[in-house]
Amino acid sequence: MTQGLSKKIKSLQFAFLSPDEVRRMSGVKIITADTYDDDGYPIEMGLMDLHLGVIEPNLRCRTCGGRVNECPGHFGIIELAMPVIHVGYAKEIKRLLQGTCRACGRILPDAPSSRSEAASDSDEPTVRTREPKEERVCPHCHEVQQKIILDKPTTFRENGHKITPKEVRARLERIPDDDVRAMALNPKFGRPEWMVLVVLPVPPVQVRPSITLESGERSEDDLTHKLVDVLRINQRLRENRDMGAPQLVVEDLWELLQYHVTTYFDNQTSGIPPARHRSGRPLKTLSQRLKGKDGRFRSNLSGKRVNFSARTVISPDPLLSINEVGIPAEVARALTVPLAVTPHNQEVAKELVRRGPTPPANPGYVCGVNYLIREDGQRIKVMEKNAEACGELVQPGCVVERQLLDGDIVLFNRQPSLHRMSMMAHFVRILPHKTFRFNLCDCPPYNADFDGDEMNLHVLQSQEARAEAKVLMKVEEHILSPRYGGPIIGMLHDHITAAFLLTYQNPSFRRAQVTYLLSKLRIPIPPPAGTDRDGQEYWLGKQLFSLVIPKDLTIEFRSNIWNRCDCSPMSCTHDAFVVIDKGILKAGTIDAKAIAFGKGAILDAIARNNGPARARQFLDEMSRLAITAIGLNGLSTGIDDEDVPENARKEISKALSEARLKVNELVEQYRKGKLEQMAGRSLEETLEVQVRRELGQARDTAGDIAGRYLGLENPAVILAKSGARGSMLNLTQMAGAVGQQSVRGERLLRGYYNRTLPHFERGDLGADARGFVSSNYKQGLRPTEYFFHSMGGREGLVDTAVRTSRSGYMQRRLINALEDLNVAEDETVRNTAGTIIEYRYGEDGIDPSRSFQGAAVPLDEILSTVLGRRVKPNVDSKGEPIAGAPPVGEEELDLLAEAQLEEEGEEEETEEFGASEEGPDLGGE
Amino acid sequence: MPVEKRPRDELPARIREVAREQGAELPPLLVGELGRKLKGLKISPAETTKVIREVATRYRRAEVDAHESVGIIAAQSIGEPGTQMTLRTFHYAGVAEMNVTLGLPRLIELVDARRIPSTPMMTVYVEKKTRADREAVEKIALQIEVTNVPDIASIGTVVEDLKVIVSPQVELMQARGVKRADLERALAENIDPKQFLVKDASGSGESRPFEIHIAEAAPSKKTEEAEERPFKRLLEASEEAKAIRIKGTSGIKRALIKKEKEEYVIYTEGSNLEGVLDIAGVDAGRTTTNSVFEIYKVYGIEAARAALVLEASRTLSEQGLGVDIRHLMLVADVMTNEGDIRAIGRHGISGKKSSVLARAAFEITAAHLLRAAITGEVDELKGVAENIIVGQPITLGTGAVNLVYRPSVAPLTTVAEATPPPSPEA
Repeated sequence: MTQGLSKKIKSLQFAFLSPDEVRRMSGVKIITADTYDDDGYPIEMGLMDLHLGVIEPNLRCRTCGGRVNECPGHFGIIELAMPVIHVGYAKEIKRLLQGTCRACGRILPDAPSSRSEAASDSDEPTVRTREPKEERVCPHCHEVQQKIILDKPTTFRENGHKITPKEVRARLERIPDDDVRAMALNPKFGRPEWMVLVVLPVPPVQVRPSITLESGERSEDDLTHKLVDVLRINQRLRENRDMGAPQLVVEDLWELLQYHVTTYFDNQTSGIPPARHRSGRPLKTLSQRLKGKDGRFRSNLSGKRVNFSARTVISPDPLLSINEVGIPAEVARALTVPLAVTPHNQEVAKELVRRGPTPPANPGYVCGVNYLIREDGQRIKVMEKNAEACGELVQPGCVVERQLLDGDIVLFNRQPSLHRMSMMAHFVRILPHKTFRFNLCDCPPYNADFDGDEMNLHVLQSQEARAEAKVLMKVEEHILSPRYGGPIIGMLHDHITAAFLLTYQNPSFRRAQVTYLLSKLRIPIPPPAGTDRDGQEYWLGKQLFSLVIPKDLTIEFRSNIWNRCDCSPMSCTHDAFVVIDKGILKAGTIDAKAIAFGKGAILDAIARNNGPARARQFLDEMSRLAITAIGLNGLSTGIDDEDVPENARKEISKALSEARLKVNELVEQYRKGKLEQMAGRSLEETLEVQVRRELGQARDTAGDIAGRYLGLENPAVILAKSGARGSMLNLTQMAGAVGQQSVRGERLLRGYYNRTLPHFERGDLGADARGFVSSNYKQGLRPTEYFFHSMGGREGLVDTAVRTSRSGYMQRRLINALEDLNVAEDETVRNTAGTIIEYRYGEDGIDPSRSFQGAAVPLDEILSTVLGRRVKPNVDSKGEPIAGAPPVGEEELDLLAEAQLEEEGEEEETEEFGASEEGPDLGGE
Repeated sequence: MPVEKRPRDELPARIREVAREQGAELPPLLVGELGRKLKGLKISPAETTKVIREVATRYRRAEVDAHESVGIIAAQSIGEPGTQMTLRTFHYAGVAEMNVTLGLPRLIELVDARRIPSTPMMTVYVEKKTRADREAVEKIALQIEVTNVPDIASIGTVVEDLKVIVSPQVELMQARGVKRADLERALAENIDPKQFLVKDASGSGESRPFEIHIAEAAPSKKTEEAEERPFKRLLEASEEAKAIRIKGTSGIKRALIKKEKEEYVIYTEGSNLEGVLDIAGVDAGRTTTNSVFEIYKVYGIEAARAALVLEASRTLSEQGLGVDIRHLMLVADVMTNEGDIRAIGRHGISGKKSSVLARAAFEITAAHLLRAAITGEVDELKGVAENIIVGQPITLGTGAVNLVYRPSVAPLTTVAEATPPPSPEA
């Protein structure tokens, strides 16, 4: 096996093929439009001539004598009877004709600027070249110049007379090299007259292979079809010309030839109908092969297919480390790692090969070998039959392709790969069953869930790649996101609920319970916290949680459940202040704020201060502790949890009908013209704003009333308050009222003439007629409300669909514009051309993923650690202790949660009009 | 900038010096902040040094690695949250009465370097003397807001008499602070006397209407047509009258006044930074617009860069998305690097790349290849996309380092008898 690059391409020179060069590189002249004879043998001087290369086994190339995989293919040539214009250069030719003398070919003083519109794809010329008004006279030969018009796509006219390609070519030939240079072209690599084709290179058959269908029928490539057309017309044109056919006939044929050559290059040229296949499908010719998403460049050159990869459905396994991935044995048998045989491992390799590709379980998976590559590069497939014999062939210098083993490093990926955390390195764990498995904490970076998602896996093949993956790509190296400098890998859902149940109000556990709680961890049971009245030993939840955090962790922050109470941290009645001193949880509830991805303060602190390895250990242990903690009592929520007492329901409906009355009153005022107009708003808008505010408040009131009956003993409330899943808004929509539905940010409007549904009077502006849903999800929606709710929901779906494509394109453009930037060794940011973009990256040279939520250095933390308790740590302007500040806005998490809800097809709140969202009174914020 | 005389502060110099000993070149912002934090504390010089040392080591630990592909990280950090943004174009930001483009459309607009944003908007601050005086601010607002003829007068066409009647509405005129004389002047200035005649109609006082007639010897472009259908000309006249601006700054459709803390601030729909800055009483130092291009024209490229960073970070944070400002700065720096604002996309940065292959791989493949051929372009294969296309390692990250390690190879025979290595399963 060759290691490293033996050769490197330093640069690529682009140039134009001259007719001479086309002739020189041609293996055969093509004259017949036929491909194969009746026996299926390529016709000589036809489009499938054996000089062009071979694509069928058992044939030899007539040019190089090579067989199928040896012959690279050779070009042929078509001598065109009459010259034709190359479509891609029509504009360029126009510029040259216009800029040079029609008689002597010298450049004219007012030649159009060198920067042509060639790079712009619009048909409309963006830079308007000055059309000379007065008569232009050549300063060299005093010839009077004529105006040249390009009749799209390939016809040139001078004063209304057509200039034939032949004449165009003659004129271009007259332009001297120096003047060509002055026109910003390089005559060394492309003389202008070459843009008018006299010969057409015929690509090798490898470029346009014919396919044999099951029926034995041959089907030719689109390019071959097009070349057949060119050949036919070329032949007829030659015959007619030579026979002295009428000028008109020759010209017609000439234009037809031009058409075929044009569509051969680009079948989407505007102004001419695309050439079609018999079935009516437009042919895919040269330009179409290269262009666009499925073209050669984007599909085959910028992205390539790979071997040693696997794809299957994913499922969760909380017992795996975040650094691991569970791989089905079947996949492991198919994927291999090359093992270079050396004198040191010769015996081991021999033993591996002897096992063959399917060694029996002992008791679990046993690694086998699929291929043996001998020193001379020959690949031998190892089978059960020849395993023994292959073993004998193993000697230093061989390479053994052994199957995956526990501990191998692989890359794991989920599309869309929007950021670098979409592809991370995991260590292999071979497991039974047929899915890829990983720890749930890895879901956020991949944006994965388990509703049928599939993921890809790649096995690294070189030692260099493995080393890089281990150092740079391991999951633990990506806990802190470079996007915002906070943890992107962290606890979610049940983990958070579990942590909450374990620490909230510090419950106590008996020995049996503690044994179970710690059963998944390799941590000995600590001494009990005390003995209760029955003389039984007991342990406390906070004590158990403290087992998994580092011993040097000291941190204080507010929990997610903090409800703006101003108790002192150590004696908060709501247990909402987390105090951790030297690795002991002294007070507070562990919830989303502490350990969730995106905002977990503890997680953030560990990853930053104790390093990624310790953070990984914390996540591994915490997920194990969480599954036992939640399993101890379980947590279920059902529709009953949103039940509210009868009197609450009455209160809610009273509040809602009051709101309805108020809305009617507003409408009445509006009708009478008594409504006071808001500055800069029309009367209608004023009404809408006020109605929306009124109804928004009504929804909130309903929610508040319902919320009073939903306390922390309610499992759904636990989920919402701890930040595990859902929000209080979701709950109040279930128990209170769903609220106003909207499309395009306005109350529902469209539908029937002057009304949304025939259930209402025309022109009804009241709450119910315009999409206010006063029922809640628990009660169920009335038919009209259900319809309105669907309208709002539909908009959300459409929005999501449009958004993905729009933001995808934006990201592609951003990547393309920024991909070449790199921090040079002198700390400047440069592109690959060497241009300095920034003198110091981000003005301070700090890596955002190592930053302290954007700040270079946590000054307060340093002050308090270096100077000790003597100096009170500064509190930031918001009054939040620094460590507790969320790196990600709460809204984003809500949005994330919503996105997940949508994906799961659950009901979710549609855009609501909250009083918090708008309204002039709150506008100033 | 005016040089302020301040007592010499030795602390920043000291911080820099101590940090430099540790090999860290602290950025000014950090030096300033640390200085402020240390100043209030009563600690010994030794402790101060200890703190600075710790800051310096922590700083060095957080520095970027050489060859980090910061561009791609920035692009991903901005692009990835794009899927979580709202698509709703109109939202209410700051001022309830005004619609502003937000979210993804706004971000795309910024990255596209559009000359005119889809909802141009200005925040105009007023000079210190008058900023708390509502009436004075209102006066300025009226100067900013464009008043067209239809805003203060009704325009009607009388086909029988072939005339257009412009009748000023006194109430509206008062609200806008316009006199009939202003209207008269505006009409006189803007209506071509060769085409139309402006006369006073019957009536009196401020509300006396104007009449516009077709001039007798009007040399019309389409004479015949005009003679046949004179009402067409009449329509022309009324259209012309409607477009006349009486006062205000062109481009500003509306001006709203809002009280913010102790002062009144003017928010405008439409933007014309240059025009607004010319108005007396406007606090030029704080007045701003959301049109990056206008900022570029008035203040130059550095201001435009700052505006881009500010607008982008505001757009993202309004959506509740945390994106490190360094990423936004990098994008802004790339866009403004050449001295003018270039868009992210084929008309801007991507279309001007030096590599043919990179351009071809992005968009408009064929045109780039064809052009490269006749101009004889050379692709130096220095960038990322090109090297991927030809199948070579890229020149960023670990690929930027060209280090070859040649271990001294011991002859195979001497180690052949070494103890057998542990089995691979171990």
